[in-house]
Formats: sequence, C-alpha cells, structure tokens
Amino acid sequence: MNPREPSGARPGPAFTVTFDGRPLEALPGQTVAAVLWAADVVSWRSTRVAARPRGVFCGIGVCFDCLVTVNDRPNQRACLVPARPGDVIRTQEGTGHAH
Amino acid sequence: MRTDLAVIGAGPAGLAASLAASARGVRVALLDAEPEPGGQYYRRPAAGLRARRPRAPHGRWRTWTRLRDGLAASSVRRLADHHVWCVERRPDGLTVHALLGPEQEQPAEVHARAVLLATGGHEVVLPFPGWTLPGVVTAGGAQAMLKGGLVVPGRTAVVAGTGPLLLPVAAGLAAAGVSVAALVESADPRRLVRYAGPLVGKLPEGAGYAAGLLRHRVPFLARHTVVRAHGDERLTGVTVAALDAHGRLRPGTERHLPCDALAVGHGMLPHTDLAEGLGCRLDGPAVAVDGEQRTDVPGVWAAGEATGIGGAALALAEGHIAGRSAAARLRGTAPDPGAWAPAARARARLRASASALDAVYAPPGRWTDRVTDDTVVCRCEEVDAGAVRAAVAGLGAGDPRTVKLLTRAGMGWCQGRMCGPAVAALAGCAPTPSRRPFARPVPLGVLARPHADTAGPHPTDHPAGTGPSTDHPAGTGRPADRPTERGPS
Repeated sequence: MNPREPSGARPGPAFTVTFDGRPLEALPGQTVAAVLWAADVVSWRSTRVAARPRGVFCGIGVCFDCLVTVNDRPNQRACLVPARPGDVIRTQEGTGHAH
Repeated sequence: MRTDLAVIGAGPAGLAASLAASARGVRVALLDAEPEPGGQYYRRPAAGLRARRPRAPHGRWRTWTRLRDGLAASSVRRLADHHVWCVERRPDGLTVHALLGPEQEQPAEVHARAVLLATGGHEVVLPFPGWTLPGVVTAGGAQAMLKGGLVVPGRTAVVAGTGPLLLPVAAGLAAAGVSVAALVESADPRRLVRYAGPLVGKLPEGAGYAAGLLRHRVPFLARHTVVRAHGDERLTGVTVAALDAHGRLRPGTERHLPCDALAVGHGMLPHTDLAEGLGCRLDGPAVAVDGEQRTDVPGVWAAGEATGIGGAALALAEGHIAGRSAAARLRGTAPDPGAWAPAARARARLRASASALDAVYAPPGRWTDRVTDDTVVCRCEEVDAGAVRAAVAGLGAGDPRTVKLLTRAGMGWCQGRMCGPAVAALAGCAPTPSRRPFARPVPLGVLARPHADTAGPHPTDHPAGTGPSTDHPAGTGRPADRPTERGPS
C-alpha cells in the first residue's frame, strides 16, 4: 500500500531531482529525506572516521545524522530541507569538504 | 522586531500560551522552527502533498482545529522558520536570536519584555549493537517522517524500546501499509493496572492504538528487548529476547526477526538549552517552574515538555496557565490563580499520570551490559563504548564531562543530545546538565556580524502602566556583554 493512501493525499505534479546522478521523482512539500525514503534510499552519508553509511535517525533536525550535499552545499539536514525541482543531491563523504 | 511576549515553540504549549496571552491584550510573537505551527504532536502532511484527510495519522484532531482557528483569528504574530539559538538577557528586556530556515544562515532578532519557553522535548535512544545501521530510526522520527512527508522507512518494521510513544508509532506504520513484525516493549504494561487511578484519562487513547494493532495483527512482545540489529550497509533484521525481572536476558529466548526498518525509542527528554543559557534553574532534566509556570529568571516562563515530559494535554494546560500569568504580569498586575482553576486541576491530574507512566516505562536495568565495546555510542564523533569504558576505568573519568574531554563523545554536531544519557550510564553516573551556550549551530558570520542596536530603550513602546511588574520584571540580569551601538560596518 502507498503510505500516502490513508491521508488521501493528492499532491501537485511530481518533479525530478537527482541522487548521485540517478533521477528520482519528488512531490511538492516533501523534504529531501522524504524523497529519498520514497525511492527506498535510506543512506546518503558516509561517516568521517569509519566511512559507515548513515541516513535519517531522529527525523526532526536534532541528530544531524542525515547530513547530505544538495546543489554542492554539504551538511544540509535532509529531514529539514525541502526538495526543489532540479536539486542535485549527492551522498556526502565525510565532512563534505574533501574535494 | 519588538513585542511584549516572545513565545518560543508553536506546539501545544506554545499555542495555548500565545492564545491565552493575546486574548488578554498582550502583543505576542510566536517563533517556531517549522514552516507550520503544531509542533511534533500536531505535525501534519506538508501543504504541497494536499492531504484530504490530514487527520488520518492523528488523534485529538478537534483540539488542533480549535487551536488553528484560534491562532488565525488572533493578533499573534507568527514567525515561522525561526530556529532560535539563544535568548539573551538585556537591561531592558530579552533578545531572542534566531536563524531563518531551512538554511539557517540569515539571522533574525526579536526583542521582548518577557519570554515563554515552549521548546518541547526530544527522544532518548539508548545504544545497542547495530543501532547506527541505515534503517534504524527513532520511533518519533519514523512518526515525524510519516506525519509530515507521508513516507515510511521500509516494508517490514519492528517497533521497539519502551514508552507510550511506541503504540501510536506502530499503529501509524501499520495503517500506512508497513508490515509491523513486532512491537517490542521492555517494560511490563500489566504494571499499568497499579496506576489505574492516575491513568484513567489516558486509557481511551491507549485502547484506540491497541485496537489498531490488533486489527493489523501486530505481535506485542512485552518484557522483551532488541539485543542486536543486523546488516552490513542496511538493516536486514533484529535479534530480540525476553527479559527477566532484573532486566537480564532470559537464556534461550533469543530469536531473529527479519525487517528492513527498526523504529526505536526509550522515552523523551526536555529541550532545556535556551533555559540553561538564560540561567534558569533545572529540576532534574526539566526546567523548574512555579505554580504560574514562571522560571526563577525574571521575565521567563516555561511550559510543556520543557518543564517535564507529560504529553500534549498537559502541555496545553501548562501553556494556558503560563500565557495568562505572563499577560497579567506584563500588565503589572498579580494574576488570580482562581481564574485558571480548571487548567490547574487538569495539570495536577496529568502530571500524576505522567509520573505513573514514568514508573512503568523505564529502560530495563542492566541494559548497558548488552552494549558491546565495539558499539558506537556517540554517533557524531564515532566514539564506541570501549573508549568510554576505557576513559572511566583506565583514565579515571568520573563524570560525563571528563569522558567527553577524553573521548570526544558528545562533542559533535548534535552536542551530545543523542548520546548524553548513554555516556552517563556507561560512566556509571547521573546525567548532568549539558550547559550548551547555543541551542543549535550558528554560522561564525552571524556571530561576527556587527549588531544593530535595536534593543535600546524605546519608551514609546511601553506606555505608562504596561511595563514589567516590579515583583517579576523582565531583564534584570547581567549587563549586556557586547556593544549596544552599531559596530563598524
């Protein structure tokens, strides 16, 4: 079942963002994290020390585990930042400033 | 901007306080980090998702519509997307410093004669092997993502930990089409019977969620715990086991539950950063308040989860009392507590049920025994339990602060909000106030920015007779610690 079903959501037209080059469908109002979860992506950061994958943990902007690079700006909290048409979302390696 | 009362947090407490104060002629500015009011409890699908039945993931919808309509009809100035990082005491009042979201780079200031902290709480998650795997999320996080974004973390979920939040989270995920493999509760809810008196008001809500779980055939494992989360790059399952009366694993009860999502939580803690920054006295983990919801800092009130975890209904009662008290004090009069007697009775009753829930839902004793040395405890700085134990046993650290200095646990982005309780428990001591000077990360450019002095005296803003009352004046604290004139530009 689509998790949008119980609330009867009829979102506006979907738009496209990319995640590590792959086009993903996004809905108006969704955060970057919601777009990624809807595409069954649950990790988009690799940690600074052990290079382990991370994604959403607290979901409300407290834990900073979901940091991601959006349009070349690293360290964006995916659970807070709204997705916008054409966003280029990339997995964040370490601090995101390595390049 | 300038106002009489700045309310920080637009959840149940902040909304009730704003409406109560503004109905009594006080200029109110309501600041909140989210684009929409409601807080975590009344979080709703983002507007762009155009939900026709936004109440679906919710209880208490009627209360929300009353608050929403009251806010729309009021003169409350709503400041959305304001992430408050500090409240500063100044000779003539208080200055609320915020960053505008979601980028949080542009600053904004609100100057107020009084401040009401309705900052809510956040979830506690105690570590266990595998808890950093993608697919493991906090119970509240799973709920927030579902309520706000209408998305779920996987196809098959286990909901685990302890506390009354687990029921609605499991029911919500099941209703959204997730197969909930089990609700794993470490406490024994049969103990709730002992507290039937104080909990009587909570029963219908709990029964509603329980019926939802029955309908979706969610197995309920009481006195069980998740021992380990499995997976390499992503969660593939969990091992659960039964607990004995002392919180130890019952031998031979371990079993594997395949799942790609684990929603886990062990209760809540109050958000007290702003209160601590102001120098407010704490009572345990919560902001200490008097019968009017006043902190011990003049001009500063607090209500809701910040003053002790107790749920939305308690937050509404406390917010109402705080808003009325602040309105009276700002007019220079002493409030009449008889005028808010119904709210005070609700507050007393709901605090009693919160204590009862606290007594039943506690993390199992001996949980630290199951945290292996290679389990990451501080998620930000990637400090494992072995390092924390070595700091205690080998280097003589006797408190969380020394552990932090020796290991970096708690020094990362979240400033110890996630690992604080676990580090304290592993170090064998009680959690101590964290004393964070800022409530969230602030760009250096904002701190270095020359400050326009908009907080100087503006007598026209305070017509005679409306100034702070003499027995509880705003801003009699330390002198401003930075120039009041515009710096070099």
